Amino acid sequence: MSAENTTTTLAGELFAPGVGAQAGPPTTPAAGTGSAGQATPGSHSHGGPARTGSPAERLTSTDPDAFGVPTGREETWRFTPMKRVRVLLDGAPSDAHPSWDADLPDGAELSRVEADDPMLKGLPEPVDRLAALTRQRADGATVVRVAAEAQLDRPVTLGFSGAAGDDVVWGQLVVEVGAFAQATIVLDHTGLARYSGGVAVLVGDGAQVTLVSVQDWAPGAVHGGQYDTVVGRDATFKQVVVTLGGDLVRLVSNVQYSGPGGSADLYGVYFADETQHQEHRLWVDHAVPHCRSNVLYKGALQGEDARTVWIGDVRIRPAAVGTETYELNRNLVLTDGARADSVPNLEIETGEIVGAGHASATGRFDDEQLFYLCSRGIDAETARRLVVRGFFADVVQHIGLPELQDRLMGTIEARLGALPGLEEQPVEVPA
Amino acid sequence: MSVLEIRDLHVTVGEGDDAKEILRGVDLTVRSGETHAIMGPNGSGKSTLAYSIAGHPKYTITGGTVTLDGEDVLAMTVDERARAGLFLAMQYPVEVPGVSVSNFLRTAATAVKGEAPKLRTWVKDVKTEMAGLEMDPTFAERNVNEGFSGGEKKRHEILQMRLLKPRIAILDETDSGLDVDALRIVSEGVNRTRAEGDVGVLLITHYTRILRYIKPDFVHVFVAGRIVEEGGPELADKLESEGYAAYVKDSNEVASAEKAAAEVASA
Ligand SMILES: Nc1ncnc2c1ncn2[C@@H]1O[C@H](COP(=O)(O)OP(=O)(O)O)[C@@H](O)[C@H]1O
Ligand SMILES: [Mg+2]
Repeated sequence: MSAENTTTTLAGELFAPGVGAQAGPPTTPAAGTGSAGQATPGSHSHGGPARTGSPAERLTSTDPDAFGVPTGREETWRFTPMKRVRVLLDGAPSDAHPSWDADLPDGAELSRVEADDPMLKGLPEPVDRLAALTRQRADGATVVRVAAEAQLDRPVTLGFSGAAGDDVVWGQLVVEVGAFAQATIVLDHTGLARYSGGVAVLVGDGAQVTLVSVQDWAPGAVHGGQYDTVVGRDATFKQVVVTLGGDLVRLVSNVQYSGPGGSADLYGVYFADETQHQEHRLWVDHAVPHCRSNVLYKGALQGEDARTVWIGDVRIRPAAVGTETYELNRNLVLTDGARADSVPNLEIETGEIVGAGHASATGRFDDEQLFYLCSRGIDAETARRLVVRGFFADVVQHIGLPELQDRLMGTIEARLGALPGLEEQPVEVPA
Repeated sequence: MSVLEIRDLHVTVGEGDDAKEILRGVDLTVRSGETHAIMGPNGSGKSTLAYSIAGHPKYTITGGTVTLDGEDVLAMTVDERARAGLFLAMQYPVEVPGVSVSNFLRTAATAVKGEAPKLRTWVKDVKTEMAGLEMDPTFAERNVNEGFSGGEKKRHEILQMRLLKPRIAILDETDSGLDVDALRIVSEGVNRTRAEGDVGVLLITHYTRILRYIKPDFVHVFVAGRIVEEGGPELADKLESEGYAAYVKDSNEVASAEKAAAEVASA
């Protein structure tokens, strides 16, 4: 099968006909919402005669100065409010490192390695100045090791509760999961902090790993971070990123594969209120054959100057024959004055793939969904809450941990206002 | 005893200059205990009629009335119509991501009945009805219509009708896309509702196939936005053998004659 036949922008197909403002193609700003859905269709290279040659390699380095000092005009920083991220980017050294409150099941170990540990040299490199600074300032790393073939009976939970200090907290976490092990790791960020943390997940061959990262910060928190995953041969990786709190959160998630047969599902959900900036940048690099990736990020925005950014880069290199990839970003704009940017970007350098697609849509409520619910007697207000709740639950239910799901849905519902008669209803885990 | 009365209903879709008249004067009365079949070719406006009664915002009522037991349906919001006892089984049911069937059904039942149904009896009722429609129990945990096959969607519509117990049920092409087994199961669900109570049924269909399972009391032929012929069940047999060709030709002539007359009148 050729890439030309399988690559599609599916935005129009994702919604029932006649949905209106929500169903526009990704390049069309949603009508009347005061927010724009953006895309960069020009950057596709779908193979065939129209090919424009290989895209530039992404710069990676452990040296912050290799990146220069960002001004805010750079592609990687152009959506970020520089004033608010300066506190991290200035890179003031500090001795503050996250003090993880750890719950470790049998089969998982927590340790600390020094900055000169050879393990750190082998990690994927930072992709921007902040990530490079973080690698330096973290001064070593906290390491979670899951033994090969271990089957953890409960998740590894690492809680970091910010204590409102002025110092920037610098952290580096490495999660190393041995071959054929099964593990879920939950990073739970709460409290008030200025935090920049790197997270590297090394998924052994045939292992099955879920990484959940919850950003349930108190108002005023600033959080930057680069997440890297190396997916082993025939391994399965699932990431669920949930960003609810904080003043500014900017997370970069990169995935690469070290052998064929790897699979990665990247889920994300974010909810920005007044003045919150939530930025999620993804980069899935298919460089080996027969791997798959699936990206689903959904966000909602409400209130003046609520701002979200989603960048989804997927690259299929010439060697990555048999790749299957799909990415989807949906944004629900609940009030005027909020703005969601959504930039899916697919680079395909081989025609020998199974499938590749992406879609992005930003808009208001889906009128057809509301009509369907109301036609069953449900009043418009309850219908709206059900739809928004469902919008989030659709992603949250992928976590697979009912207690955590309930807590997150509770937080989301509290921010949406009370949902009469539905509070006690749990999020169902898909069968 | 309920009665749905539709009088000289005119409906357009589209805005301003793009507005297009789809319903061109529909008259129909459906009483409790009666089953009416509306049969017509594709694009004749059958779904428009169903959606207009249910209150879909896409359609603009430009003339006529719809009442349920004398109450003005057109003045009601969509949810008020459902709570008044109207139900529409949709031709294309809508996916609602992240909302489970069980949450949805219970929320709808709470709204229609005015209070939350007792949990014990409710769970039992849902199970019984799902079994009656030969639906797997795990169905309740899936998201509304998400990833459902065509047949599952239609069964889910009939399940809702069974649980919400409307006074007037409009079934818009519930038979389309069903295999013989599914058609029988769905039809039996409808027949149970008919046997149990005083429901009025408006059965919209393109094919006569479903009428072998659900016997209508009245058949209406619907062409180009209005009812062009009415009769008993024998009319369906005639349509089965002759199709819509005769009506479509007639209606085109009628429509163009009317258009010419209107132009003369406005000149
Ligand atoms: N939103 C719309 N905009 C323009 N035309 C529409 C719209 N919805 C329906 N129509 C037109 O109205 C006519 C009747 O459609 P419909 O009621 O779906 O017919 P049926 O259900 O009998 O097949 C068709 O010609 C269809 O193209
Ligand atoms: Mg129709």
